[in-house]
Amino acid sequence: MQNDTLNHILITVGVLAGLLIVAPGLIWLERRLLALWQDRYGPNRAGPFGLMVVLADTLKLFFKEDWIPPFADKKVFVIAPAIVVITVLLSFVVIPFAPGVIVADLNIGLLFFLAMSSMGAYSIILGGWASNNKYALLGAMRGAAQLISYEVFMGLSLMGVVLMSGSFSLHKIVEAQQGMWFVVPQFLGFVIFLIAGIAETHRLPFDIPEAESELVAGFHSEYSGMKFGMFFVGEYLGVMLISCMVTCLFFGGWLGPGFLPPVVWFIIKMFAFIFLFILLRASLPRPRYDQLMEFGWKILLPLTLVNLMVTATWLLYHEQNSVGH
Amino acid sequence: MKTTPQTTELLKLKFGESTITEQPTRDGMTTVWLPLDRLREVLAYLKAGIEHPYPLLFDITAIDERTRQRNPLQNHQPTSDFTLVYHLLSFDRNAFLRLKVALNGEFPTVPSITKLWSNANWYEREVFDMFGIRFDGHPFLRRLLMPETWQGNPLRKEHPARATEMGPFRLFDEKQDREQAALQFKPEEWGLLTQHDDADFMFLNIGPQHPGTHGVLRIILQLDGEDIVDAVPDIGFHHRGAEKMAERQSWHTYIPYTDRIDYLGGVNNNLAYLLSVEKLAGIEVPERAQVIRVMMCELFRIASHLVWYGTFAQDLGQLSPVFYMFSDREKIFDIVEAVCGGRMHPNWFRIGGVAQDLPNGWETLVRSFVDYFPKRLREYDAMVMRNSIFKARTVGIGIFTKEEAIEWGVTGPGLRACGMDWDFRKKQPYSGYEKFDFDIPVAHNGDCYDRAVVRVEEMRQSLRIIEQCLKHMPEGSYKADHPLATPPVKQRTMKDIETLITHFLGVSWGPVIPAGEAMSCIEATKGANSYYAISDGNTSPYRLRVRTPSFPHMQMVPYISKGYTVADLLSILGAMDYVLADIDR
Repeated sequence: MQNDTLNHILITVGVLAGLLIVAPGLIWLERRLLALWQDRYGPNRAGPFGLMVVLADTLKLFFKEDWIPPFADKKVFVIAPAIVVITVLLSFVVIPFAPGVIVADLNIGLLFFLAMSSMGAYSIILGGWASNNKYALLGAMRGAAQLISYEVFMGLSLMGVVLMSGSFSLHKIVEAQQGMWFVVPQFLGFVIFLIAGIAETHRLPFDIPEAESELVAGFHSEYSGMKFGMFFVGEYLGVMLISCMVTCLFFGGWLGPGFLPPVVWFIIKMFAFIFLFILLRASLPRPRYDQLMEFGWKILLPLTLVNLMVTATWLLYHEQNSVGH
Repeated sequence: MKTTPQTTELLKLKFGESTITEQPTRDGMTTVWLPLDRLREVLAYLKAGIEHPYPLLFDITAIDERTRQRNPLQNHQPTSDFTLVYHLLSFDRNAFLRLKVALNGEFPTVPSITKLWSNANWYEREVFDMFGIRFDGHPFLRRLLMPETWQGNPLRKEHPARATEMGPFRLFDEKQDREQAALQFKPEEWGLLTQHDDADFMFLNIGPQHPGTHGVLRIILQLDGEDIVDAVPDIGFHHRGAEKMAERQSWHTYIPYTDRIDYLGGVNNNLAYLLSVEKLAGIEVPERAQVIRVMMCELFRIASHLVWYGTFAQDLGQLSPVFYMFSDREKIFDIVEAVCGGRMHPNWFRIGGVAQDLPNGWETLVRSFVDYFPKRLREYDAMVMRNSIFKARTVGIGIFTKEEAIEWGVTGPGLRACGMDWDFRKKQPYSGYEKFDFDIPVAHNGDCYDRAVVRVEEMRQSLRIIEQCLKHMPEGSYKADHPLATPPVKQRTMKDIETLITHFLGVSWGPVIPAGEAMSCIEATKGANSYYAISDGNTSPYRLRVRTPSFPHMQMVPYISKGYTVADLLSILGAMDYVLADIDR
């Protein structure tokens, strides 16, 4: 019993520490990768491979003046950036990094994740609203519309996986992929979830709430110092979260040939998707806000529903057949 | 200009012999003096009534005549305090027409022609701002380039040209308060309503500091949600008085200032200025110098279009192209650097030729670029032009028709994107462009995508021209053998005293350009760029007017962006390809 509790605490602290180290590290990774793809060097001076730029960036954020504009709604302004970090970090609670390495194996894990990512939308809306700035307001408005719409497909696109594994627990979903990764039977679900995931993390090409060339910095125009840092880290945590989810739901989580330990397989897969996120940012332009919504409601939603119905029918048909035998 | 007599004859026929007075000019352009009271009538007739009309209002400017030195023998013009000058362009006749009106009095008033031509609006405001000439019936007669609180009208001769002539600058508290108060934004002052029947409008200030405006430009947006109800560009932040500076620089020392007008176009600006000066001086530029000029101009055209290409993609959220395109631009600058020593501001053309002959081995540099670049252009096509999100953001956005383009004075790729194959390099060839084999790319829908298509294809055509320069670079001198070519060729100065004296005067005072007036017009990177130079027989211009393409293009923004969203405005601005210094001068 004692040992169990200790173990649990270790896992919790380990996951938290891991996330908080890797998330800022992604700043370096992203800048180096973008530079690689854009024929330039990127940060390569501080420390080996320029890795110390992470430290420099973090220190800079800590020492910047923590300014709250006089026209802002102070309380909300302060709370908003915290919400994004808290909700994303909480989502990681249900992710199984390896057999047994999970903070809380909830039997409603997937629903918990969806709930938390919906909560994350508040961060953008409140941040943009509290800033009392027109650019921030426009960004927040776009963000709210985008997140709420894409939430719908995100949830629905996962239902195929849930049907096939018969559980909302991520641990069970991963175990159900022993025979075949769900990306094969649920390919459509995977594509839709990935698109919705990019929209959820509002990364290019769906960085419409920020849209630098139009809205300067969108919903976080007025933020500086560590409050901006929270949004920044929150975004990278979001990227990791979506990568983890894709890994768990469609690519068999920690499953992989035995020559590497399960957790390493998980990390490899997760980073593959982080690379994909960065590659997308390097290559695609940004659609217009109404085009994004149109794409969501007119194309993704019907596709998701079709996917769900086909999966359900297929499963029912098989069940009846096996009962018949 | 074979149809020249026809226009004046038709005008005389219509309005009477006594109304129309002709003036011969050095550039051979038909120049006609009109009485003030017939102005509107004549312009209306020229725009629509006359056979082969002049549909494009090219420029409106004024000249402060009060200190001009006149040679009584050559005086072809009525005496006046100010002269108002209209330049019109006829596509059918392939000719410009210059109309002049003599104005008397300290602050004269003239009828506005904004009802006749939409783009007269900003030109008249500029004349009002710079000369204090009022336009009767103008809907919004406010300063355009100078701040509202400015005292005086900069292009009047009594206005100081240097800070040292103005006394020390002191910022008193009252002055600061006054300036601060003037910065307060009041929608009514900009002619904007604050609300509508069912909604309050939101006003969004885009700029002067904004990542999407490519410089210090301010656009006030009147928004209903994200839809643009109206937009008001506020320009002048980049105004440096380039025209005023010309009046105290020598003809020669003004060349570097031209570099900085369309700062992406480099030597194209030099060329536009020098063509007008060379017309005044009567200099024939040797063939080799002409071809060198053409080659450099086309290199700069590609460089400028590359900047546009990359930043346009970036405005639409595509991060990478701008890096590839800037590194290609660096390759062009490597050539420019080897030839001129400079990069963005080469300051390399001279009155009568170019500064130096091409360096040894220039062929290798140009050849390697010509071989390298087409492959990159194909890659960019795949990355940008064929990208479906890019298309979704640009196809059908910011459309204007050929008629609208002409009404607003649009030239260059913007005009060619709505199906008009008008290119001054072909239609009114200068600097030997008639000897080159190239096509004029044209597109037909007049939207942002088509403007991009035209520019991309123009880069290929420029490459063709450069290749021909490479193959057929003539031998000979790089500078004209003419007493006014500046700086004079030095070799002979040590042999005879007359050449030494000419050289000394040409370098110390600068050349004396004969009295007269001449206008040039070139196809610059962004459209028609023209310099209207007036000399009263001195070492510096009496008046120099710089007509830039970006100015009328920016004026059109409100007209074409109404009804679109904020995101579309960025597509429209990006596809327009303007440079702030080219608007404000």
